[in-house]
Amino acid sequence: MTATSDTRTAEQVYEPTAYHIKQGDQGVALDIQDFNLWYGEKQALFDNTLPIQKGMVTALIGPSGCGKSTLLRSLNRMNDLVDGLRISGKVMVDGFDIYGKGVDVIALRKRMGMVFQKPNPFAMSIYDNVTYPLRVDGVTKRSILDETVERCLRAAALWDEAKDRLHDSALGMSGGQQQRLCIARGIASDPEVLLMDEPCSALDPIATAKIEELIGQLAGTYTIVMVTHSMSQAARVSHNTAFMYLGRLIEYGETATVFTNPVKERTSDYVTGRFG
Amino acid sequence: MTVSQDQDIPASGAAGLAGAGAREAVQGGRRVRRFSSDLSAVGEPALWGFGGALALGIILIAGFLALIAWNGVTTFWPKPIEQVELRDGTVIAGIPTRGGPYRVGEDVLARLDDAQRAEIADNAGIASRTLYKTANFDLYGDDFRWVSDFEVANITTPADYWYFERQVWGVFVGRIAGLSIDGQPVGADRALLRREHEAARDRFTQIRRLEQSEIGRVNFQIERERLAQRRANLRHGEGSPEAQAVVEAAQERIAALQAEFQTLQAQVNEIRARDRLVRIQMEEVGGRVVDVELSQIVRLFPANDLGLFDKIGIYLSRWWEFVSTEPREANTQGGVLPAIFGTVAMTLLMVIFVAPFGVITALYLREYAKQGRITSLVRISVNNLAGVPSIVYGVFGLGFFAYTMGGTIDQLFYPENLPNPTFGKGGILWASLTLALLTVPVVIVATEEALAAVPRSMREGSLACGASKWQTIRYVVLPKALPGIMTGLILAMARGAGEVAPLMLVGVVKLAPALPIDGFYPFIHLDRSFMHLGFHIFDVGFQSRNSEAGKPMVFVTTLLLLALIVLMNATAIIIRNRLKRKYADGQF
Repeated sequence: MTATSDTRTAEQVYEPTAYHIKQGDQGVALDIQDFNLWYGEKQALFDNTLPIQKGMVTALIGPSGCGKSTLLRSLNRMNDLVDGLRISGKVMVDGFDIYGKGVDVIALRKRMGMVFQKPNPFAMSIYDNVTYPLRVDGVTKRSILDETVERCLRAAALWDEAKDRLHDSALGMSGGQQQRLCIARGIASDPEVLLMDEPCSALDPIATAKIEELIGQLAGTYTIVMVTHSMSQAARVSHNTAFMYLGRLIEYGETATVFTNPVKERTSDYVTGRFG
Repeated sequence: MTVSQDQDIPASGAAGLAGAGAREAVQGGRRVRRFSSDLSAVGEPALWGFGGALALGIILIAGFLALIAWNGVTTFWPKPIEQVELRDGTVIAGIPTRGGPYRVGEDVLARLDDAQRAEIADNAGIASRTLYKTANFDLYGDDFRWVSDFEVANITTPADYWYFERQVWGVFVGRIAGLSIDGQPVGADRALLRREHEAARDRFTQIRRLEQSEIGRVNFQIERERLAQRRANLRHGEGSPEAQAVVEAAQERIAALQAEFQTLQAQVNEIRARDRLVRIQMEEVGGRVVDVELSQIVRLFPANDLGLFDKIGIYLSRWWEFVSTEPREANTQGGVLPAIFGTVAMTLLMVIFVAPFGVITALYLREYAKQGRITSLVRISVNNLAGVPSIVYGVFGLGFFAYTMGGTIDQLFYPENLPNPTFGKGGILWASLTLALLTVPVVIVATEEALAAVPRSMREGSLACGASKWQTIRYVVLPKALPGIMTGLILAMARGAGEVAPLMLVGVVKLAPALPIDGFYPFIHLDRSFMHLGFHIFDVGFQSRNSEAGKPMVFVTTLLLLALIVLMNATAIIIRNRLKRKYADGQF
C-alpha cells in the first residue's frame, strides 16, 4: 500500500485522513493498517492507517483521550494486559502482522524499546537496569553485558555521569537521569523501534532539553515514535507528526507543514491553541 | 481558637484570607465573612478523643508489661527467711510472699482471747495476714502457710537459716544439721561445703550425661535393631530365610549393645555409690532432720546472711538455670530450655511452611487468577479463616494432620512401630502445620496488599523490556513487594508464637525433655512432642498441684515468652528494613 493514498471507503462518515508525510529513504518500519481498537464496548481507535518511516522521529499529538497513547501501546502489544481488549486491522513489521497468529509477544517487545511517561527504573543497580532486557533473555556473559552497558549509557548520554556508580541503586538518580537510564534500558536489546510515551512530561526544562537532544541523536539509528503533549517539542524533534482526535487520525504529515500550514481545519485549530 | 469580630471586607479578599474554614453569615441582608471556624469543622474534639484513646491503650499496655516485668524480674532475687513465733507457741520459718486484709471467720474468732477479738471488731472484722512460703513439702504436705498478724508473737531472721533448692520435693528451709562424708560427720564449714557441693553436682551431671546421652544412645540403637527385626519379619514373612538373616545380624548387634549398656551401667553405679556417701543433714524449724545426698541439692545459701554480690550471684545463676536446664518438680522449679527450644523451633518451622504457601497463593490470586466472582469468593473465605477460633484449627490439625495424614505415613513407612504411632499423633510437624494454616490468611492478605502496591509502571517497564510475566514477577514485582510480605510474615509469626489452644491438641505436652533436634540419627525428629512456653504458662499457673508455688514461674515464663517474641520480631523487622532500604523508592 502506498502511504499517501486515501484508502477510505465512501461509507466512512468521518472526513478522511489527510496525508502528506515526509518519506524516509529506508522505507517503512511499522505499517499500521486500518487499526481499530475497543476497550470492552467502547471503541478507542477508528481505522488508523499510518506508516511509520524507518529511522525517523514520528510524533503523535492530540488532545487528552484522543487515543495516541493507546495507539503507541498497541505497537508493542502492551494493551494486551487490559481485560476485554479487542482489535481489528494490522500492524506490519518486516512483512509480519504483530497481531497475527503465533506471534511471540515477548520476542516482539524485544524489538520495540519503550520509554514511559514517568521514569520507571527498577529497584536495582544502574548496571542491572540497563542489562535487564538481556538478562531476561538469558544472556549471562559478563563481557557482553559490560559492553552493552557502556554502549547504551553512552547512547543515552549518561555514561559520564554514571560510569563511577554503575553498581549503585538506580533509584538514587535524579528524575532526568532516571529517564535517560530508561532510554538506555529501552535500547539495550538493540530494538528497531523506540516507543516513547510522553518521555519528558515529568521532567524539568533542562532535563527535557537533554532528552530532546538525545532523541535527535538516536533518530537515524532507531525509528522513534513518541507521544507528546508539547507541540513545541513535537515541532522541535520530529520529522513527521500525526494529529489524532477522538480516536481518529486527522492529519499525518511532515512536521513543518502540520504546524505551519495544516491541511485540516481541526489540526490548525489544535496547533494554534484554539482548542484541545 | 479565638473568635474575632465580624468584619466587613470585600468578598474577593475574604475568600483568599479566610480560606476553607470561613463561615458565611447573613447580617442585615449583607453577606458577612468571619475569621473563625466551627469547632466541629476544625476537628479539635475528635483529636482529643483520638489522643485519649491512644493514651488509654498505651497505659494499658505499659501497665501490663510493667506488671509482668516487675514480677518476672524480681522472682529470682533471693529473699530473707523469717522465723515466726506464734502466740500458741508454734514456730515456723519461711519467706513472706504476699499478704493482705481478710475477714476473720467465726471459728477463728472463737479461739481468740477477748483483747484480740476486740481489736478485730474495731477493724470491722478485718485482719491482715501474710502468706509464708514454708517449703519442706515432704514434711508439711504443703509449701505455704497463711499467718494472721494477730497470731504473731515475734519475728526474727536468724543468720543460720539456709535455703536449699532440691532436685526433688522442691525447696527446703532450715538449718544445716551436719555434713557427712563416707559416714563420718565432718564440720560444715562453708568452704568445705561449697567444695563438696561442687564435686557432688559434678557427679550428678556426670550421671545425668551417662544416663541420657550414652545409655540413651544405646537404648535408641537397641530399639532400632528391634524395629529392624520387625520390619524384616513384616516384609519377608516371619521365619523366611531373609528375615532370619536380618534377625540374626540384629541379635548379634543387640548383644554387643547390651554389653556396652552393662559397662555404662557399671560406671553409673560406681559414681552413684560414691555419691551416696556424701550426705547433708538438714533440720527444719521443728527439729526434724532430713538426710539426703549432697548432689540432690541444686543450690543452697544462707538466705539471711548474704552480701549484695552473693545475692547478685544467686540471681544470675537462677536465671541461667532457668534458660539452660529442664524443668523439675512438675515444672514449678528448674528451667524451661525445652520449652524455649520448642517454641522457637515450632515458630520457625511454621514460618517455613506458611511463607511459601501464603506467598504462592497470594501470587496466583493477585497476578494470575482472572479477577471475578470466584476470586472474590476465595478472598472472602481466606479473610473469614482468620476469624475461625484457633481451637477449631487444633481439632482439624489433630483429625486431619495427625490421625489421617500421620496415620497413613505410619502405615506406609513405619509399620514396624505399630500399634505405637510415629507420626500418627501430635508432634512438632503437625503443630507447626496447624499454626501455618491458622496464620496463612494473614500472609495471603499482606502479600496481596504488597503485590497490589507495586506500581503498574514497574511491571510495564519490565514487560516492555521483553520480560515474560513470570520474569517480571520474579525480578521486579516480588523484590518490590518483599518488605510488605515480610510485614505479613512478622504478624503471622507473632500470632503463631503466642498461640496455645490448638497446640494442646496437636503435640504440645507438659514435659518433653527430648528435644525435636538431637544427636541421634536422623537428628531432626519432627514426630516428637514438644514443650511450648505458652502452654508452660498455662500448665504451671493453672494445672499444677501447687499453683501458688508455680506462680512466680508464670511471670518469669511470660516475661521470657514476650522477650522471645520481641526478639524474633525485631530480627524480622531488621531484615525487612534492610530490604526496604535496598528497594527504597527514590523517585523524585
